[in-house]
Amino acid sequence: MNGFVSLWSYLSATPLLWLTATIGAYLVTENLAARLGNPPWANPVLLSVILLSPVLVFTNTDYGTYFEGAQFIHFLLGPATVALALPLWDNRATIKKSVIPILCALVAGSTVAAGSAIVLAQFFDLSMSVLLSLAPKSTTAPVALGISEAVGGIPTLTAVLVILTGIIGAIIVTPLMNILSITDWQARGFAVGVAAHGIGTARAFKVNPIAGAYAGIAMALNALLTSLIVPILLRWLT
Amino acid sequence: MLHTLGLLLGCQLAGEFVARGLGLPIPGPVLGLAILLAALALRRPLASALRPTTEVILAHLSLMFVPAGVGVIGNLDVLSSDWAKLLVVLTLSTVLSMLVTVATFIAMKRLMYRLKK
Repeated sequence: MNGFVSLWSYLSATPLLWLTATIGAYLVTENLAARLGNPPWANPVLLSVILLSPVLVFTNTDYGTYFEGAQFIHFLLGPATVALALPLWDNRATIKKSVIPILCALVAGSTVAAGSAIVLAQFFDLSMSVLLSLAPKSTTAPVALGISEAVGGIPTLTAVLVILTGIIGAIIVTPLMNILSITDWQARGFAVGVAAHGIGTARAFKVNPIAGAYAGIAMALNALLTSLIVPILLRWLT
Repeated sequence: MLHTLGLLLGCQLAGEFVARGLGLPIPGPVLGLAILLAALALRRPLASALRPTTEVILAHLSLMFVPAGVGVIGNLDVLSSDWAKLLVVLTLSTVLSMLVTVATFIAMKRLMYRLKK
């Protein structure tokens, strides 16, 4: 027993354990989601977090220790954002044809994503620090963290709210668009990319390649726009 | 694979360099995306060389959000007191934003189509 305890205390402090656990949890949940036919609710991010969080809480592992291992995966968000250039490039002909819809939908959707969060947070009487952490929730994680820090929010809370937003968007988009009988894959993809960043984009790629490409455009453009409009909207709406 | 990874990181680094150097409010990786697009326009064969690796990365985009999501365990105090309100705010705001985006996109597309005719 003593041997196990000392082995555990050694392993739980190395990056190797939590890095492997993160990839393992993802592989298991991704596989499960695929077997179920990728239904909207079986979101791999949500399921992985549900699998990992109790393990960390039960083993008394703090987030800092976990992140020492998981940071290697977190870091890949940067190069993955750059990699979105490829689907953009592959779809450049169709994108050229819809520049005006793209720009108008981006400005409208991005303003509503941040503005409605700010207004609703005040309506529901949430504290100022939560409101500030909430404002950039529709943009991709690394960008949202930077905005949150700049406006005085709590970056780690923003990270969680960003992920939650992505999961909610990824779960809701397919049934919502089907109810409204919207069959335009460009519009569907673009909407989920604006509202639910990379997690929405991952979902869109699973459903339709054109939707995925448009979600990727929306996510990249929204990262640009959100960092500009959140400070302005905060001044107007609070 | 290694070439692609090197190029992606190089673009991100260049983006970070320009963004920080000029004090732009644009995130480094987003600028890196723009730089890679420019590189693809200048050297077209690059696309097919990059595709195998970028396809793998983008197919597993979800994995990269897991570490930030697990951050939930560090914010249990705020989340346990406000979770219901937060869930309502996030859901309403996400639905509203998707509806406005999809409506604007389709309306402008139809308008452009009519203008062309």
